[in-house]
Amino acid sequence: MASALINVPARARRGDVIEIKTLMSHIMETGYRHTASGDVVPRDIVTSFTCRYNGTEIFRADLFPAIAANPFITFFTTATESGRFEFEWIGDRGFSQTASAPITVE
Amino acid sequence: MRRRGIALVMLAVAYRAVLPIHANEIPQTERRSGFGFMAPDTQAMQGDDTVNPGTLWVLDGEVLWNRKVGSADKACADCHTDARETMKGVAARYPAFDKARGRPVDLEQRINLCRTDHQQATPLPYESRDLLALTAFVARHSRGMPIEGGSDPRLEPFVAKGRELFVRRQGQLNLGCANCHDDNWDKRLAGSAITQAHPTGYPLYRLEWQSLGSLQRRLRACIAGIRAQAYDYGAPELVELELYLMSRARGMTIETPAVRP
Repeated sequence: MASALINVPARARRGDVIEIKTLMSHIMETGYRHTASGDVVPRDIVTSFTCRYNGTEIFRADLFPAIAANPFITFFTTATESGRFEFEWIGDRGFSQTASAPITVE
Repeated sequence: MRRRGIALVMLAVAYRAVLPIHANEIPQTERRSGFGFMAPDTQAMQGDDTVNPGTLWVLDGEVLWNRKVGSADKACADCHTDARETMKGVAARYPAFDKARGRPVDLEQRINLCRTDHQQATPLPYESRDLLALTAFVARHSRGMPIEGGSDPRLEPFVAKGRELFVRRQGQLNLGCANCHDDNWDKRLAGSAITQAHPTGYPLYRLEWQSLGSLQRRLRACIAGIRAQAYDYGAPELVELELYLMSRARGMTIETPAVRP
């Protein structure tokens, strides 16, 4: 089933500042809610997001319970060379997802 | 039998006669989708499929469309083949008249009827991720098409019932839907735009829900808001209300999956 939506421009000129948009399917359960019987709904969130550009980490974010479901993270970087962006989301209960997107730099 | 038929027709006529044409019914030229009431940021979110969280459900729906289920071991695609062709415009016509039941069914009910009758599978619960995903996937193929809800003449008495529910005052606050959505759509309620209640983008992603949700979920939330007892999911009254709203929005454009605050 679909879990990540990635938007990276397929082509860019060397030196261009490009925008990268990512959306991860996740409930982001805060851990602060209770069921009708009073039990705590255990926390289940994405805790970390990383982006690597041809192996080099270019962006990292820590996520917290106040972040809404299906976290949408967008950021900018400079297109330096053709290759791949690799994305990784890590979270509670062993949550781990990866995705990648290619780019051609001319 | 014939007499009974005549009585039914007279009843339908009586419905029309008893209900006054609402003084503040929105003129055709002033109709606006909820999209027009949103902040530019939220509009941009709906407009870009890679940013619109509803896309996640649409993509899930595509997987489910092709997955064999039930004791008939059939997928939706085995009968309906390519949804891009066969599901085009379908959501714009729903809720539609179901001959066997003699009454309208909405898109979620149609999907579940297909599951029980043709796939020999259990119906999916309302608001479950799978039912929302399939509905969003089917409705996505009507995006950009004009709503044709309630144009089938067999639906007329049900549209009238839906309208009656729309204008009827109820609940502890003694409000009808029309009191907000016909009379005060240009105002705000606790900081939020009231809007005209045109169901153009369901199932849609509500930022408040942090999830996709059906039109019935929206209606039940509104009914609870006027402190009335909400109908159960799948209740005929909710389907009639959906039907009336779709006929009221006839000609407006389907936006599924929409994003709303």
